[in-house]
Amino acid sequence: MQLILKTKKMITKLNHVSIFVLNQDSAYEFYVNKLGFKVHTDAPMGPGMRWLTVCPPEQPDLEISLMSIDAGMMFTEESAKQMKDLVSKGTFGFGVFECNDLQATYEELKVKGVEFKKPPTKEFYGFEALLKDDSGNWFSLGQKK
Amino acid sequence: MQKNRSYLSPGDYPRIYLYRRVVQAKLFIDAQYDQKIDLRDIADEAYFSKFHFTRLFKTIYNKTPHQYLISVRIERSKLLLAEGMPVSAACSTVGFESAASFSGLFKRITGIAPAEYSRQQVARKAEIKKTPLKYIPNCFAENKGRTKKSNIR
Repeated sequence: MQLILKTKKMITKLNHVSIFVLNQDSAYEFYVNKLGFKVHTDAPMGPGMRWLTVCPPEQPDLEISLMSIDAGMMFTEESAKQMKDLVSKGTFGFGVFECNDLQATYEELKVKGVEFKKPPTKEFYGFEALLKDDSGNWFSLGQKK
Repeated sequence: MQKNRSYLSPGDYPRIYLYRRVVQAKLFIDAQYDQKIDLRDIADEAYFSKFHFTRLFKTIYNKTPHQYLISVRIERSKLLLAEGMPVSAACSTVGFESAASFSGLFKRITGIAPAEYSRQQVARKAEIKKTPLKYIPNCFAENKGRTKKSNIR
């Protein structure tokens, strides 16, 4: 008789990640209307607060929370100012996006006005471009292998 | 690292030129999806034969232009249905002529009938509005000071 062990796995997946943005309306325009991400949840939370998450089109269970940098619950006045300054200077690289065809995606996003730090380039680890969001955060954009 | 980096070679440029024409055709579909689109016209616009255009489009987007047009219309209809638009109105707004074929395609692609999809999404939106905290991870809600002494639940 085969013994089936049922074990509870520990951490199994990442389902939320935060990106700090300067303006949520502008971030919505960038991530939804330019990058083509889907809105997962857009919940008004009272004056000046909005819970806004988006998902890459083929990854509906990873919510990217577009977090506004405001003094209040998460940031002090001083740290909000520092954070805004760092984000707008392009200090933070938040991750790697993947697409089916990098050259086509690059050409389309350029038409839509997306700023690239680096055009598609053949690196030793693959074909890669670097794009910036409307706040200054940057991402690597690679091609599915 | 620098020595391993190479920008596109001159030989790549004709390929990029072709890419740009296919991308323009895709953007045309994105903008005009609700109109009667004759894919032969798009191929002509892009200076391709229909066969060549379809092949290149499918290589880049993993869908034929016609399949892509259908997918754009279905995606747009999902947004309208989620706002509570009636199925027949959503169908014609995104460019389908037959409600029956729209419903069939919608169910085949999404796995759910459009009326049921609309009902679920409208109910979800109403619930988010009523109880937003159900949709927010607790750690964020706590950071926002919303779990205690708050009228929002």
